[in-house]
Amino acid sequence: MTDLTSLTIAEAREGLAKKEFTATELTTSYIKAIDGADQLNAYVTKTPEKALEMAKASDERLAKGEARPLEGIPLGIKDLYCTKGVGAYACSHILDGFKPEYESTVSQNLWDDGAVMLGKLAMDEFAMGSTTETSYFGPVKNPWRAEGETIDRVPGGSSGGSAAAVAARICAGATASDTGGSIRQPAAFTGTVGIKPTYGRCSRWGMIAFASSLDQAGPIARTVRDAAIMLKSMASVDPKDTTSVDLPVPDYEAALTGNVKGMRIGIPKEYRVDGMPEEVEANWQQGIDWLKAAGAEIVDISLPMTKYALPAYYIVAPAEASSNLARYDGVKYGLRVNGNDIVDMYEKTRAAGFGSEVKRRILIGTYVLSAGYYDAYYLRAQKIRSLIKQDFDKAFQTVDTILTPATPSAAFELNKEITDPVEMYLNDIFTVTVNMAGLPGISVPSGKNGQGLPMGLQLIGKAFDEETLFRTAGVLEEAAGILEAPAKWW
Amino acid sequence: MSIDKDTVKRVARLARLSVTEEEAESLKGELNSILNWVEMLNEVDVDGVAPMTSVVTQEMKKRDDVVTDGNYANLVVSNAPASEENYFMVPKVIE
Repeated sequence: MTDLTSLTIAEAREGLAKKEFTATELTTSYIKAIDGADQLNAYVTKTPEKALEMAKASDERLAKGEARPLEGIPLGIKDLYCTKGVGAYACSHILDGFKPEYESTVSQNLWDDGAVMLGKLAMDEFAMGSTTETSYFGPVKNPWRAEGETIDRVPGGSSGGSAAAVAARICAGATASDTGGSIRQPAAFTGTVGIKPTYGRCSRWGMIAFASSLDQAGPIARTVRDAAIMLKSMASVDPKDTTSVDLPVPDYEAALTGNVKGMRIGIPKEYRVDGMPEEVEANWQQGIDWLKAAGAEIVDISLPMTKYALPAYYIVAPAEASSNLARYDGVKYGLRVNGNDIVDMYEKTRAAGFGSEVKRRILIGTYVLSAGYYDAYYLRAQKIRSLIKQDFDKAFQTVDTILTPATPSAAFELNKEITDPVEMYLNDIFTVTVNMAGLPGISVPSGKNGQGLPMGLQLIGKAFDEETLFRTAGVLEEAAGILEAPAKWW
Repeated sequence: MSIDKDTVKRVARLARLSVTEEEAESLKGELNSILNWVEMLNEVDVDGVAPMTSVVTQEMKKRDDVVTDGNYANLVVSNAPASEENYFMVPKVIE
């Protein structure tokens, strides 16, 4: 029998329907693969017993011919999602021992569609980072290594555990979340597909908040089709999240027609940034050529506010984070460090519980929101967001989707010494504009660089036009060829 | 504009984060590096631009003012580091 973990979600769905194997067999294969992949450190919490219980229920459904859309499909859940009775720490020490009493809407939607939970996946602490090195539970290793090398590389972040687990075939697909690029950048670093849908497409209820006006749930999967299957289940209109938008969730799989003839693809000149590596530039050109060959029309466009998106993000996101993270006070859940009085207890708890990147962002956020600075920083940044959105509105009058590189480089080495925080923030340069404008963006594998490391391209769409993104990404995937699994070294 | 160590300590106090002298010193450098970088936003003319408040225009959702949830105080406090009879326990706050 073929290794069941090699199957995509679409293939596993078919095999289960045809009774070629059972959900229990499929889940057991993944549990074994997970236990053999401890070196990657992708899982923070494993839930094999729960998985087998859910798989058994799926087998009963399948036997009765009552399969739901994700019946028996084993998934990993980013540690940022609240899962009832299963630890949810956002990979922070401050949420020590936290076991939610409720389930996030997105994960509940997946279980309601028959999916099986394998466990919780590592991330940068509170989703603040681009490498998954800020996780309290230690860094995650990218299953991809450069050809002929044994050096460990980062899987990107913040959804690095999700991306690494999908690439390493230790889950069929994973939930992730994206505030500035946290789905798309790790997807590009690991040769996987990741989509951040339009803000408001997925409910944020039960997701541990980072920056509420930017956070959005999305899947990481092996193929465009798998990502479409997952997003269909994850997305919903939810009365528990007033920012969830009242629009029906389309059948994203139906959008995968393979036809982009006559579609207009925008190429923004501002994304040709100084010092962009030649391989990134060449890969972008390759993507343009692929779409042209498929009958799309290439249109040069301008998004003049692009360069201001990243600095504006580093005001808006820390400001909202400083407010959201005020709830961790040693009283309601998680860690408590006792002090002389209540304020001392707060300060000691937060000093011990948060890592350095989180502290840095809380302080920046507190500073820019403090008396006398609100207008100069936060309000100005929010005005610049309006201008960024206007750039896109204008571009979308003439194009259907926009093609850009996903990241300024392929996966880099673990433990890279970066002393200037701004240098690390530049990882998000191509992805962050999309969050600022609230638009959907997808990262799709587009071949490998000279060292044999995966590369990714990003497509940006109109609000609530994920279907065009899936269709166009499907064409790119077809042209690039679906990546084989990384050579197993773990 | 750059911030000094005392400002770092003042902001840390506002954020209820205790920082050591050494941490305040290194944070001063990191925060200044970020603040200097975001200075470039001052190049942008934002006169007459409305701040972005939502991504899609949608009327604020409202629901009927009725109780829809609750009656499980035990679950609310179940993760508390210290609780007693469904109350959160904190150090004494009044003398």
